Amino acid sequence: MRVLSGMWSGIAVVVFLLIVIGGSITLTAMTSTSVSLSSALADPYLIGVIRFTIGQAVLSTVISVGLALIVTRALARRSKFPGRRLLISLMGLPVVMPVIVAIFGITAVFGKSGLLNQLLSLFGMEQSFTVYGLTGILLAHTFFNLPLTIRLLLPAWESISRENWRLASMLGMSSRQLFRLLEWPSISDRLPGICLIVFLLCFTSFAVVLTLGGGPAATTIEVAIYQALRYDFELSQAALLAFLQLSLCTVAALGLLKWFRVFAATSGRKVDASDRPDIHSTTGKAIDVFCIGICAIFLLLPIAMIFYSGIRGPIYKVISDPILWLASGRSLIIAILATVISMLLAMGLIKSVRFLREKTKQQKGAELALTIGSMTVAIPPMVIGTGFFLIALRTHTLAHATLIMIALVNAVMVLPYLIRSISPPYIQAGEQYYKLCRHLGLSGLQRFRLIDWPIIRKPTAFAVGLGGALSFGDMGVAALFDTDGQVTLPVMLYHQLGAYQFDEASVTAVFLLLLCVAFFWAINQIIGR
Amino acid sequence: MNALSVKNLCLKFGDWTLEVSIELAAGRCLGIIGPSGAGKSTLLSLIAGFETPYSGDIFIDAQSINDLEPSHRPLTFMFQENNLFNHLTLYENIALGCHPGLKLSQVDQHQIEIALSATELSSIATRKPSDVSGGERQRAALARCLCQKQPLLLLDEPFASLDPRLRSQMHQLVNVLRKQHGLTVLVVSHMPHEVAHIADELLFMQDGKIKEHGDPDQLLENPIHPQLINYLEFTANR
Repeated sequence: MRVLSGMWSGIAVVVFLLIVIGGSITLTAMTSTSVSLSSALADPYLIGVIRFTIGQAVLSTVISVGLALIVTRALARRSKFPGRRLLISLMGLPVVMPVIVAIFGITAVFGKSGLLNQLLSLFGMEQSFTVYGLTGILLAHTFFNLPLTIRLLLPAWESISRENWRLASMLGMSSRQLFRLLEWPSISDRLPGICLIVFLLCFTSFAVVLTLGGGPAATTIEVAIYQALRYDFELSQAALLAFLQLSLCTVAALGLLKWFRVFAATSGRKVDASDRPDIHSTTGKAIDVFCIGICAIFLLLPIAMIFYSGIRGPIYKVISDPILWLASGRSLIIAILATVISMLLAMGLIKSVRFLREKTKQQKGAELALTIGSMTVAIPPMVIGTGFFLIALRTHTLAHATLIMIALVNAVMVLPYLIRSISPPYIQAGEQYYKLCRHLGLSGLQRFRLIDWPIIRKPTAFAVGLGGALSFGDMGVAALFDTDGQVTLPVMLYHQLGAYQFDEASVTAVFLLLLCVAFFWAINQIIGR
Repeated sequence: MNALSVKNLCLKFGDWTLEVSIELAAGRCLGIIGPSGAGKSTLLSLIAGFETPYSGDIFIDAQSINDLEPSHRPLTFMFQENNLFNHLTLYENIALGCHPGLKLSQVDQHQIEIALSATELSSIATRKPSDVSGGERQRAALARCLCQKQPLLLLDEPFASLDPRLRSQMHQLVNVLRKQHGLTVLVVSHMPHEVAHIADELLFMQDGKIKEHGDPDQLLENPIHPQLINYLEFTANR
């Protein structure tokens, strides 16, 4: 009974997740029975979609991770230069930036009338670069995943000890030998996990493919689900695609189990690289400056263009439009609801995880519970969205329950961020102060208020702010539920881009970006202080 | 009357078994020595309620405490580490000894001031543990123990990480406070000769059993048990 009383919150969360995810999958599977899997797999269109989905994800992963290895090494070698910290902080922006806003920025640089084509025209090459199709998808995926990969790789690079660098100096190792004997062993255990997470993100990418795909030739499964539901109203086809998407993601997700363990074991210790023997050569310096410079331009130029275009757009016209404020209100409601739900889910789960570790010493059970909560990262939002969409259709609640359903899907999607941010300090505080708390009689809310909350407050604020900002800027599920009068701000921006209202879109993009940042900032001020 | 009475206490970890009986009079200080894995810290954890015994009874002032939660047992405990919450000030850490929710009465505040004064921490009470020295951190933990106002103080090598001079100072402080407050003390140590300065009795443990128990001088000067002789030789040569 005592074990059950400490476990009830975690059991409730796991049951909730199983109902939401399992229910969506079951409903999807039930609907897809009307289509034979074998006949569907013989459909050339479907085979083309699967092939393109996997192909673009593999290419995006190879490009993003390959470039990240080069740039991260340059950043690791140059551990001290003016603006380094700012640059790394700014690399976090594409991670939280609404996808549709980033696409606007990318189009402004690489699009038909973008900066690049303007530059090329100076050399007589008129509009030779096109951002639509596979090129645009790869470009956008690199824009999002290059900084993410750099931020994941850099701590591993920086954890190589000073003694190791000094020893390498004494032994006279060349730059190539340093990479082979010191750097590669430090990063290689992380690399498969990073590749897998980037692959999954690209595999389930929706807004990028929808806006930059440019036609049926460049359609992924995620977009095909959307098209089947929204344009063709082929419920069985959508359900089958969702089921296919989930099956492929599950295979990839199994690999993530190892990735989570590898990341949990990292210390986060940062070592100054000034003892590296290969940082003084002029060629090395030139290569590093070039790599970091190109990367900074590639990432920061689209962001700068968003603001530049926004400032020059019809600001008054856009912000005086009541639809903008209604859409903002809806996005805000979704973000707040998703934040509250994900926070409750995360706290419920990690409370039980700590109980398992403290009271019953069930390390494996605790790890399993954490993994269940984190594995939602591998479940495509469109799969859960499809399930919810089908429920809404059957219960005729599409017009009424839209916001709650979008919030619920987003809450489940951002749950891994919260769990992975809050659980390490929360569990560590439990292990560190378990005896002292028991000795002093600190328990329940009193222990949470005095001991746990001050320790987890900052990581919680960051994770909740990040999750809220992502939910605020979500376009995937929101587009699926895009019914009359129910648009969110990202969907509104998508409509403006689709209607070639680029001037209005430029203002809306900045507005959306600023609201996301404001939401993130407000959460950090309210919770983090 | 004995302040602490441990009768046929038994705990099993696989093949390893702890079997102990102790009687300690009120106001006395018992030093517990022995090699690593002897069961010294486990014995203290059993008395404090962090481990559940397989069999046996523990009495404090003739009251059985077997079924009491750690926080309800009439004792205070200083651990080897993590005696203070790093995000709270020294004052708040000490105040937790008065009220676990930090709801302090006038009497509590006065009590904290006395404890701060006794441990010479008044001037740095608003600092956090990371901003003070190791010795000051342990003094703060001791001050919190004083605020808990319990008759029995358990010390599980809390001064092991301090340098010899600081360690000696802390032992002296414990001795002074013990006499001032009439505390009964159990102190676990790896330094037999150091702990002998404050202990009224010394107890040698090995493999979960008490091998020798008696007057500190007698035990250190004329050890009988061969394992104690070996242990003392080993610690003397370290």
